Amino acid sequence: MANSTLSNETVYSKLKEKFGEAISESQEPFDLLTVEVSLAEIHNVIEWLKNEPSLQINYLTLIGGIHYPENTGRELGVTYHLHSLIHNFRIRLKTFLSIENPTIPTITDLYIGANWMERETFDFYGVIFSGHTNLTRILNEDSMDYFPMRKEFRLEDGTREDKDDRFFGR
Amino acid sequence: MSEKLTKSDFESASYLSSETIDGDIATLNLGPTHPATHGIFQNILKVDGEKILEATQTVGYIHRAFEKIAERRPYNQITTLTDRLNYCSSPINNIGYHMTIEKLIGCEIPKRVQYMRVIIMELARIADHLVCNSVIGVDTGALTGFTYMFQQREKIYDMFEEVCGARLTTNLGRIGGFDHEFSPAFYSKLEDFLKEFPALFAEFDNLLTRNRIFMDRTINSGPISAERALEYSFSGPNLRAAGVDYDVRVMNPYSSYEDFDFIIPVGSNGDTYDRFQVRQEEIRQSLSIIRQALDKMPEGPCHADVPDFFLPPKQEVYENMEALIYHFKIVMGETPVPVGEVYHSVEGGNGELGFYLISDGGRSPYRLQFRRPCFIYYQAYPEMITGQTISDAVLTLSSMNVIAGELDA
Repeated sequence: MANSTLSNETVYSKLKEKFGEAISESQEPFDLLTVEVSLAEIHNVIEWLKNEPSLQINYLTLIGGIHYPENTGRELGVTYHLHSLIHNFRIRLKTFLSIENPTIPTITDLYIGANWMERETFDFYGVIFSGHTNLTRILNEDSMDYFPMRKEFRLEDGTREDKDDRFFGR
Repeated sequence: MSEKLTKSDFESASYLSSETIDGDIATLNLGPTHPATHGIFQNILKVDGEKILEATQTVGYIHRAFEKIAERRPYNQITTLTDRLNYCSSPINNIGYHMTIEKLIGCEIPKRVQYMRVIIMELARIADHLVCNSVIGVDTGALTGFTYMFQQREKIYDMFEEVCGARLTTNLGRIGGFDHEFSPAFYSKLEDFLKEFPALFAEFDNLLTRNRIFMDRTINSGPISAERALEYSFSGPNLRAAGVDYDVRVMNPYSSYEDFDFIIPVGSNGDTYDRFQVRQEEIRQSLSIIRQALDKMPEGPCHADVPDFFLPPKQEVYENMEALIYHFKIVMGETPVPVGEVYHSVEGGNGELGFYLISDGGRSPYRLQFRRPCFIYYQAYPEMITGQTISDAVLTLSSMNVIAGELDA
């Protein structure tokens, strides 16, 4: 971040020092520090970032899901965008889980605003946030029995034969 | 509509004991379609007389699966989806989305384009805040201000029409800038607006700001503290009304906002009156930003040099091989896009409007997520209206400026 009082290196080295192996990969796409955190430590990392006096990364911007069908054993991803309004520093945390057991601890105990964001992620990707008090569908209808944002659900009817899209890279 | 429940149904709720009138609690459906809710919002209220004891929202009535649709569309066709998020200020959504793509493809935007965008975005912000504030007036029983302010909003829409041909769902601009220069008619309409609007706006302000009835009605209606607002991830005018000066335009300037001189108004109580006042002052600041942008407008082209995304002039398409190829590739959605992930946010009418885009190099985004400020702060609504009256609930809803399109995506 251009006008931030924290640098990506500082935050990354502090995270690495505190959590070691749980922080596996880091990138900086467009200057935004992106770290991959192990599933077991994700809650602790977010809690530590919030409470560590030298960082104060305590504003939750966004929680979202993503689905990579080819990554066996870690098909579903959850991304957290956090922001320190004091230092004007943004960070993106990622964690991956298997589609057979997509369970991740909730962070509603740290941020009340995570409530609906987690419900939305559950609604569209089927990620189960354990400890969430009301993990029900939010935008889709309650009787739906699948998770529509997963990649196996194509937007257009795959059985159509009247269209030939081969030449257009579709 | 209302179903009477006996006290025994709610014995577990301790806060009911002392407050009830003759021991009865009613369940009331506020919405989904009701003139007072200005959109498709359903709230199931448990009320004791006029007083709200508990509220539960139901959202998703107009969910249109934009994030899913975006995964199949070429990049330049997604702009029309963003129109329909916060439809009171579509141009901000359009331009925010364009800037996300420009960030991803590493496109340098000419200064003139950035200033033109600032003018459009600030006009959209004025239109957005005018709707919200004049509707607060309506909900307190003052219809007059609303009719006058909506005439002014029409003038802003006339200007959008000059720029892009549409009024509400604008699809304004292109990736890289604007499809053509602002017309002389746009500039003359804008000058007229800047001349006439402040006086009318001051009249509207006089009607409400120090009005005894309005103040009694709005002060302490639907309050939230700064701490709670931050925990709920509030942003925009609602957060600033609670006293936190977080504005994306200042915190992470985009589109040359650092060139302009403006202040960020903040409130202290986070109640309906403060939200109203913050929006009023933001309208004045927006007018000042537009004036500064007009005065300092640099010379230059009205779009960046991105032939992969910006349609060539039609005449060249007929005469020039290269232009024809680019035209074909853009129209068929065959434009190469780098692999990468990017988060970009702008200050929308309601707060931090973010676009989180993951590209795998294909013709459509692998994942496009919108950070919709309404969806995030509407969570706090039950907390804000518990203990208040039903008429306060209506006021709180309109002063939070919850837009159904943005809420349900």
